[in-house]
Amino acid sequence: MRHVYGWLLLLPAAVLLIGFTHYPAAATLLDSLFSSGTVVRPSRFVGVDNYAALADDPIFTQVLWNNFWFALGTIPASIALAMLMAIWVNDRLAARTLVRMAYFTPTILPMIAVANIWLFFYTPQIGLLDQLGALFGAPSHNWLGDPHTVMGCLVAMTIWKEAGFFMIFYLAALQSLPPELEEAAKIEGASRWYFFRRVTFPLLMPTTLFVLVNATINSFKLVDHLFILTKGGPNNASNLLLYYIYQVAFSFFDTSYAATLTVILLLLLATLALVQFQLIEKRVHYR
Amino acid sequence: MKRLLALLLTGMLLGASPARADTELTFYYPIAVGGPLTKVIDGLARQFEKEHPGIKVNPIYAGNYDDARIKALAALKAGQPAQISVLFSIDLYELLEQDVILPWDDIATSADDKDWLKAFYPALMANGTYKGKVYGIPFQRSTIVLYWNKDAFKEAGLDPERPPANWNEMTQMAAKLVKKDASGNVQRWGVMVPSTGYAYWMFQAFARQNGHDLMNKEGNRTNYAHPDVIAALQYWRDLGAKHKVMPEGTIEWGTLRQAFTEGKTAMMWHTTGNLTAVKDTAKFPFGVAMLPASKQRGSPTGGGNFYIFKKTTPEERNAALAFVKWMTTPERAADWSIATGYVATRPGAYETAKLKEYTAGFPQAVVARDQFNFATPELSTFQTGRVRKLLDDAIQASLTGQKAPADALKAAQQEAERLLKPYR
Repeated sequence: MRHVYGWLLLLPAAVLLIGFTHYPAAATLLDSLFSSGTVVRPSRFVGVDNYAALADDPIFTQVLWNNFWFALGTIPASIALAMLMAIWVNDRLAARTLVRMAYFTPTILPMIAVANIWLFFYTPQIGLLDQLGALFGAPSHNWLGDPHTVMGCLVAMTIWKEAGFFMIFYLAALQSLPPELEEAAKIEGASRWYFFRRVTFPLLMPTTLFVLVNATINSFKLVDHLFILTKGGPNNASNLLLYYIYQVAFSFFDTSYAATLTVILLLLLATLALVQFQLIEKRVHYR
Repeated sequence: MKRLLALLLTGMLLGASPARADTELTFYYPIAVGGPLTKVIDGLARQFEKEHPGIKVNPIYAGNYDDARIKALAALKAGQPAQISVLFSIDLYELLEQDVILPWDDIATSADDKDWLKAFYPALMANGTYKGKVYGIPFQRSTIVLYWNKDAFKEAGLDPERPPANWNEMTQMAAKLVKKDASGNVQRWGVMVPSTGYAYWMFQAFARQNGHDLMNKEGNRTNYAHPDVIAALQYWRDLGAKHKVMPEGTIEWGTLRQAFTEGKTAMMWHTTGNLTAVKDTAKFPFGVAMLPASKQRGSPTGGGNFYIFKKTTPEERNAALAFVKWMTTPERAADWSIATGYVATRPGAYETAKLKEYTAGFPQAVVARDQFNFATPELSTFQTGRVRKLLDDAIQASLTGQKAPADALKAAQQEAERLLKPYR
């Protein structure tokens, strides 16, 4: 009887987890083994054909690289910035609440709204960036229309958007550090930098791990801005894996190839998460 | 369970009131141009309900054309009712392949209805007809037109009333219109043609002007690699790379209107659907002209058609027919054209008093209609999403200097051949 009771307690969570996580994942895997069907051409089993097609798809290779650069550009920078901002607003400075709020504002805005704002920052000539540049006599640049600068533009915007969110976690972690540590360090004559390097930073490691996992997932998950800013262009220079999945699924209506790409995305994220937990867990001090 | 409940409720309602239950029409529609158009559509729906008691209309704004198609198809798959929708005119093959739409000929059977099907401009029916049957009723339809800034023309010593008639003139005029500041930075460009979002559409105009269409009527062959088509892309690329009258790289569709109304470009190619928005925001006199010619004039048509879905009851089909007929009457077509700048879809609309009066005071509004004589249907094939993206990528690769136009288009053509072979 207690057995049943336990299972009943587990039921709501299990139903949600299976219904919205495990079942879709399994269904996706299954779909990726079939061809896309329409009413006119029913779908049939094709085995690993869809996976073989990945190798011949130059856009797939390109979006993987793009995603790699996007992750590399956004993750370390936004984490470092978040930590810096958190330490800065953790101090007793004038108008502290105001500064904290200012840093947090980008997080509250929906990504679509943010992208619309930044679209007009980046627009050649009439955009904010070009108008600022014009004050110093810099020539106008087609920021989003140039394959060499478009990714940098997206990275900058994403860092701006993400850093404030991560700052909140660091701020919470900093507030929970016992003040005695700092007092003791002061008495011992430790420099601020030494104190940060040997005390604060190691104690923030659990937060860093959490933020790192989130930032990594976000770098694959966050594509809303592409709809507004570039639609993946020019010539796929800013296309990311998830946006490509969207294009394949809803613009090309090739649902099974989209399922194949989704399986790759799932594998990629699962691997990254495992590696992060395995490697970094060793260096994290939980109290 | 839900269905049972609904049945019970309907039964109770029917039992309670002997009056005929309302027929409900849900329709999705997209908006791809500027201006407060959702209000206009809602207003039209309310007016229709007033004139047709017994029919309820729920218009649902569904984002851009891609979003609208996705939402409508998703709603159908989920079993939610949507009887009609305004969707991209070029979604036809996709909707046929999904087997979700009906030809209007099956519903519009009376003599009056048949006349109605023939009342529209033939150029607008090309994208909506398949194997002799009409699937799409033109609603918000456009062509590409050239907008020019008359003040800029005057300043550059050009006749402000004479837009470029051909490619050479456009290049020469644009060169004169480029304005630089003391340090050599461009303050105003000669011409801009957008190349994000709908690059293939703009390119269809270049290709048509150079003598070629990009696909066949059956939607199973493309013509991306013809030498004249390659030359057309070379001309577009040269505007930026060689003649320096257009910024290099791609030009954003969404912000181009602002660039024009802020005077950052003296000419732009854009959809006529933006006409009213430009009229409302430009602080200078501007003109609208047909696109310049190379071997001939030319522009693709574009925009949205009314489709009716298969999963409908006979009552809903009749109500839908009544609604779409009402929405496309000459009066409504005139109202909609004035509110947006889209072309009024039938000749009769230009005979109405209000559109006559409007175009007399604002002759820019009839340019797109006159261009119908040179119009070609918008790029639409089987596998249309992929085939279109191949062309978009080739265009953007050329405009950004990553690939030569010939290489880019030949590669796109080869890939399109592979995709379309099964449909021949």
